[in-house]
Amino acid sequence: VSTLPVLTLIVLSPVLGAVLLALLPREPVVGVRRAAFVFSLVTFALSLVMLARFQAGVADFQLVERASWIRQWGIEFHLGVDGVSLFLVLLTTLLTPLVILASWTDVTKRVKEYYAFLLVLETGMLGTLLALDLFLFYVFWEVMLVPMFFLIGVWGGSRRVYAAIKFVLFTMLGSLPMLVAILYCGWRTKATGGFSFAYERFLTLGLSPQEQLWLFAAFALAFAIKVPLFPLHTWLPDAHVEAPTGGSVILAGVLLKMGTYGFLRFALPFFPLAALEAAPYLVALAVIGVVYGALVATVQPDLKKLVAYSSVSHLGFVMLGLFAFNPIAVGGSLYQMLNHGLSTGALFLLVGMIYERRHTRLIASFGGLWAAVPKFAVFLLIAMLASAGLPGLNGFVGEFLIMLGAFGPWPWATAVASSGVVLGALYLLWMYQRVVFGPLVHEENRHLTDLNAREITVLVPVLGLCFVMGFFPAPFLTRMQPSIDRILARVEARAPASTQIAVNMGEGVAR
Amino acid sequence: MATIDLSPFVAHWEVALPGLIVAGVAMLVMAVDALMRGSERDGLAVIGILGLAAAGVSAIWLWGTDLAGFQNTVRADRYALFVAVLLCASTLLVVLMSVDYLRDQPLPAGEFHALVLLSTSGMIFLAAANDLIVLFLALEIMSVAAYVLAGLFRHEIRSTEAALKYFLLGAFATGFLLYGIAFFYGASGSTRLDQIALAVARDGVTTWTLLGMAFLLVGFGFKVALVPFHAWAPDVYEGAPTAVTAFMAVGVKAAAFAALARVFSAALGGIAASWTGILWVLAVLTMTVGNVIAVRQRSVKRMLAYSSIAHAGYALIGLVAATRDGGAALLFYLAVYSFMTLGAFGVVMALGRRGEPNENLDDWAGVGFRHPALGLSMAVFMLSLAGIPPTAGFAGKFYLFSAAIDAGYVSLAVIGALNSLVSVYYYLGVLVPMYMADGTRRIEAPSSRPYLLATILVTVAATLAIGILPGAPMELARSAFASLR
Repeated sequence: VSTLPVLTLIVLSPVLGAVLLALLPREPVVGVRRAAFVFSLVTFALSLVMLARFQAGVADFQLVERASWIRQWGIEFHLGVDGVSLFLVLLTTLLTPLVILASWTDVTKRVKEYYAFLLVLETGMLGTLLALDLFLFYVFWEVMLVPMFFLIGVWGGSRRVYAAIKFVLFTMLGSLPMLVAILYCGWRTKATGGFSFAYERFLTLGLSPQEQLWLFAAFALAFAIKVPLFPLHTWLPDAHVEAPTGGSVILAGVLLKMGTYGFLRFALPFFPLAALEAAPYLVALAVIGVVYGALVATVQPDLKKLVAYSSVSHLGFVMLGLFAFNPIAVGGSLYQMLNHGLSTGALFLLVGMIYERRHTRLIASFGGLWAAVPKFAVFLLIAMLASAGLPGLNGFVGEFLIMLGAFGPWPWATAVASSGVVLGALYLLWMYQRVVFGPLVHEENRHLTDLNAREITVLVPVLGLCFVMGFFPAPFLTRMQPSIDRILARVEARAPASTQIAVNMGEGVAR
Repeated sequence: MATIDLSPFVAHWEVALPGLIVAGVAMLVMAVDALMRGSERDGLAVIGILGLAAAGVSAIWLWGTDLAGFQNTVRADRYALFVAVLLCASTLLVVLMSVDYLRDQPLPAGEFHALVLLSTSGMIFLAAANDLIVLFLALEIMSVAAYVLAGLFRHEIRSTEAALKYFLLGAFATGFLLYGIAFFYGASGSTRLDQIALAVARDGVTTWTLLGMAFLLVGFGFKVALVPFHAWAPDVYEGAPTAVTAFMAVGVKAAAFAALARVFSAALGGIAASWTGILWVLAVLTMTVGNVIAVRQRSVKRMLAYSSIAHAGYALIGLVAATRDGGAALLFYLAVYSFMTLGAFGVVMALGRRGEPNENLDDWAGVGFRHPALGLSMAVFMLSLAGIPPTAGFAGKFYLFSAAIDAGYVSLAVIGALNSLVSVYYYLGVLVPMYMADGTRRIEAPSSRPYLLATILVTVAATLAIGILPGAPMELARSAFASLR
């Protein structure tokens, strides 16, 4: 049992589930739903095995599996997990069964296809997080696109086709230059012993500053679109609003993190000089995103759009933390990625649940829901507060760490970004006030049914984790930190003297 | 006693075996057709398939022998044999998928099979030709049969127009080709590629070789539909019967490409610096124009026509690189392109019926869910054509772009990548009505078409298999290109 290739199984079990699902009869629908749920639970169970085997305090990749795939190009099927990817994998394997459960009554047409695409998407996401060969990474990166295209385009709202195509084109606009950059790096490996696309080989290419700048630009474009970094975010509101609830949850919960994960895993350690050079610009964009996203979210009449723009704001924070290049801020960023996955995921789930009942998402058509659907109101309260970063909930820990770490290198940017926290509280509380408090003005809302047992089952793990991560960050941070330090050490080693000071200062705060 | 000694001429006649088998089978089909009655025509397909399989086997049997026959004018090097096997396979699939098509459409089965086989034998010789005259003869055998095939719907004006247009422009292109051959003969005193290579090595770049090269390029440019010599392709592809379109888009293009790459690599490889620049421009033009115009098409056949132009542009990247990997990537891409394009045309055929071609995208609304197998297959082909992993199309582009970067053409890889972005738009545009629109009028479920479905399944399997495990076919392509001399 100890030789079980657990990572391969984690990555491939969802797609296997999708194939089995395709072979099942279309009726009864509930059988299809149950099967999909069971398949996703298998993957979740496997990821728990991974967590159990994961050794805290080890910086390097663990549970590594490596096999030759395309020998001629030196391409390997190479998977491994470290502190950076560990919890993102768990987030993915947790959210997928919950999304399947959440779509139980939401998705009623072409149920089989819906769940099959969801499972294929899960394979894409897990592969992207675990791949340690850049070819393999790119394959999974692109594989994520196709099921999401269909999820938005087939099961989405009225402008679904536009949103789906926009999503794909934006993502590919970034990923195709990245492909060329990967090929270029692959070509460069020939000089240092054998054609290869292995992660560790890309770390030691000895690229000139000029080369680094171009390659970083190519990688950064792909990841910045995915994050999304202002002003490349315009696909996000469309995709979120049109996507079915499950799609939105996955999109916000996991897909956006692929961008920030990509920066941390690939763009920073591969091209440290260029990353340091580009940092001021990226930080500026990130901060603009924080404030802009929050402001635009404030004025949204549509709940889903509000949550979508709040993502732009929150992910801006994550970017700010990443480009502070110190363990505290980067740790906070990684923590905030998980937080955002949970709290925004929960918000999208709740919006979906109320939409299913009321068939509208306009804030103006609600009000006074506390009286009609108290359970819903409580869950929304927790999710909202988690997203706003109330102490005791997870969002606080992440935002606090990011600001603590980023203040040293980027005092002004951090000061401006901190206004995003205030604005965040503003738009979320105001939204809550208009939806839940006040008199029940709309007659239709009086007869809404409250959350049922299935929906509560979906929400409890997500919001429970918000509390756990808010009160006990240590078990998470201790597993993340060694791997983060390792990546930062690599950036630091290449940093020119001036930035060295900033990095050291960050270190000083950390100790 | 003056006996003519034929032995040097017929020595190693077996180098021509694959082409001869196919040509022989074409004759056989014609003879059998005369003896058969209308309802038994499926037997012709069986003969054709067996013949093509035999030709393919003979090519595999010759693999590695590296023989040259007919005074070194026809070669059975691995390059020729790789292409021969590819052509046999693709024509075999065309014949297989035409069985159902011919039952449904008002086409003469005997003529169809005979001409397809004849054209294929020309293609096989085209890829094997080590002499410009043989190359010219092979090209004509291939083309003349293809002209007739394009006009096989005799009573349809679009089909006859296609045939006439194809014929006129084809003849024009052939003129250019001959002119180019004449210049080469003048410059080097021979039409054999190895002799030309020697002359080029001796004299370097001269006005005559440059002129010859230019004319040759124009001639080949027409045949493989490079921009700006592409204008005939959309009309011809749209007007011809779909089975013929598939055959032209795959076989004719692959064979002409193989000959083009052989001439430029084997005969003119020594002066690569003098032609990579112009090919660079042609590659960029071809993929960009093809992709951009394809965006606007609503007819699937026409879209596939422009897409096939664009793919010629991608393939040309391999030749621009002018390295071993570049040539191998080109061969590999021809194979990849053949399978995915054949499959896509197969789906077009499967959704049409006599008098109701259903070639417009608007007709395809909701088809994806109503015919899950066809829909899924089309999705695979479109994703592969767009170059999205894990399909063969991605592996092909990966190899091409990698070769370009290897040879120092990073910009060409970037342009190719951006072109892929444009192509994503229209390839996904096919999936949009199929899966995301509710049709007002339904396409009736095609009546039982086992052969067509089998062909589609084979091409899907090939597209996915090459995408996931590209190693082995790539190694073959590499070894094939390395055999060029």
